[in-house]
Amino acid sequence: MTMMQYEPYETPDGRTIGNTLMEMKNITLRFGGVVAIQDISFDIREGEIRAIIGPNGAGKSSMLNVISGFYNPQEGDVWFRGTKRPPMRPYLVARQGIARTFQNIALFDGMSVLDNIMTGRLNHMKTGFLGQAIWWGKAEKEETLNREKAEEIIDFLEIQSIRKTPVGRLPYGLKKRVELARALVAEPELLLLDEPMAGMNVEEKEDMSRFILDVNDEYGTTIALIEHDMGVVMDLSDRVVVMDYGKKIGDGTPDEVRNNQEVIDAYLGVAHD
Amino acid sequence: MPDQLIFAMEVVANGLMTGVMYALVALGFVLIYKASGIFNYAQGVMALFAAMTLVGIQEGRVPFAHLINATFGTEIHHLPWHSVPALLAIALTVLVMIGLAWFVQKVVFHHLVGQEPIILFMATIGLAYFLEGVADLMWGSEIRTLDIGLPQGINTIIDETTFNWFGYGFFIDNLDIVAAIVAAVLVAGLVAFAQYTKQGRAMRAVADDHQAALSVGISLNFVWILVWSLAGFVALVAGTMWGAKSGVQFSLSLIALKALPVLMLGGFTSIPGAIVGGLIIGVGEALFEFIVSSNDIFGAVFGFTLNATENWFAYVLALIFLVFRPQGLFGEKIIERV
Ligand SMILES: Nc1ncnc2c1ncn2[C@@H]1O[C@H](COP(=O)(O)OP(=O)(O)O)[C@@H](O)[C@H]1O
Ligand SMILES: [Mg+2]
Repeated sequence: MTMMQYEPYETPDGRTIGNTLMEMKNITLRFGGVVAIQDISFDIREGEIRAIIGPNGAGKSSMLNVISGFYNPQEGDVWFRGTKRPPMRPYLVARQGIARTFQNIALFDGMSVLDNIMTGRLNHMKTGFLGQAIWWGKAEKEETLNREKAEEIIDFLEIQSIRKTPVGRLPYGLKKRVELARALVAEPELLLLDEPMAGMNVEEKEDMSRFILDVNDEYGTTIALIEHDMGVVMDLSDRVVVMDYGKKIGDGTPDEVRNNQEVIDAYLGVAHD
Repeated sequence: MPDQLIFAMEVVANGLMTGVMYALVALGFVLIYKASGIFNYAQGVMALFAAMTLVGIQEGRVPFAHLINATFGTEIHHLPWHSVPALLAIALTVLVMIGLAWFVQKVVFHHLVGQEPIILFMATIGLAYFLEGVADLMWGSEIRTLDIGLPQGINTIIDETTFNWFGYGFFIDNLDIVAAIVAAVLVAGLVAFAQYTKQGRAMRAVADDHQAALSVGISLNFVWILVWSLAGFVALVAGTMWGAKSGVQFSLSLIALKALPVLMLGGFTSIPGAIVGGLIIGVGEALFEFIVSSNDIFGAVFGFTLNATENWFAYVLALIFLVFRPQGLFGEKIIERV
């Protein structure tokens, strides 16, 4: 068995979508009697923005947690970069180049924005504890490089003015942005975003949409994101997976899923927020 | 200057020195508590274990000699060499403490991830008794003197200087001065480690948020072994200083009882809190002892005397502070979300 094979193509806005980067095969995840994910398969292609949508409790976050190693599915395989991934701890998944944000924001509240973002560079720090004591110069150079990368992301996400602020004091929308910065500074190959725009006002949503598109465009980062707002999803994503009650009920381009009867039915039964 | 005031100054100076030792023990607690939420009841026994191991290695004793002799009918006690250089013995003891940290994480706490704090606390009680037994089995229960070549006895410079100033020479033990300097270096080293190294940053991240730490690629297991190792190292320093002062014996593990009021005072998660708390307890205790033992002050006012104040005064002092600052001096304010 291998992963799905695709021919690369160029999107109308000039981005290249490549072959399969990650493939989920027949994933089933249960919590006691609750089946959070039921036999779901889908793939994520290099360079694309892949959305996962569905009503509350559909199993979207669970799926992201499976990809990032926080949950281990009872059945099914996760394929990444052409090989099957054994059950893997989240910190090792992160070291493979998969960064993420959380639906409920997980930041280091006691640290400043800059320190939070710098933790995203930990995996790029080669010099260990003793090494740092012995090769001071080398460690310093590494630190400078990591700093530069952090500053670059800070500029990119326009959060210069809050660099030194303890994140515990930031408003919700900015916290989400700092979390994105921390994920991004790791230079991930795959970026997972769990409801990056939840709880934001229209203006903040527009900013976040622009950042997501820019990240994908400028850094070539593959992005899988969960979003509630149908309109936003349709604008952002190349392909969409639709989940409902743990099952996959649709998969395709935004136009395809929009016209899918099962998807329409699932969404009609849901009160939008 | 009145005599009593001069005596009191000497008492304060000595109290500060003792306080440094309390702070050291409290520091070990704070390290583990911050990173893993475990209140490590075994911290005092770890100091005992470290001190016994240091003496044992230094004297070239065979570990578990009693056990080996009883099992095989042999008569071994010492290795061919009868004294190991202090620095080498310390280095070997550090390795033993790292091994202990690994053992504690792999065998005990690895299986208790996500359990209630009270369960984790109970596990450390078990660990304390287990470790005390192992220490006994490994090195025997005799009282040992620990001599790694630290200066001891009255510091003559301070003695002479104060004599010239006040006409009364302060008695400050050289060992206490060394302990204070070592503790200061240790704290500075720990702070630099946490601030500037990769592992130190990972440690701070884990102390703040486990999920977030995992998501940036930090192994919780590694960090927990690291903090237990650091706590083991702090225990070694505390055990060495205390052991050099009053001999290595089982009562050494009771210094943990002194750390508790320090933690109540300084907060369980604050390194500066542990230090300042230790100093306040050390000085407060010494001053109180001084006041109640000078009958002409305390006895005149209250008409009776108090005994064995060192056993309980620290707790009273901590409780008084608690009434005014329940979160400790530097602890984060506890705000219940409703
Ligand atoms: N850690 C967990 N323990 C138990 N049940 C869980 C856990 N995580 C998710 N679930 C359950 O799995 C289902 C899907 O949840 P989730 O993936 O969070 O949905 P979504 O993100 O689409 O709103 C829900 O019924 C939820 O209660
Ligand atoms: Mg969710």
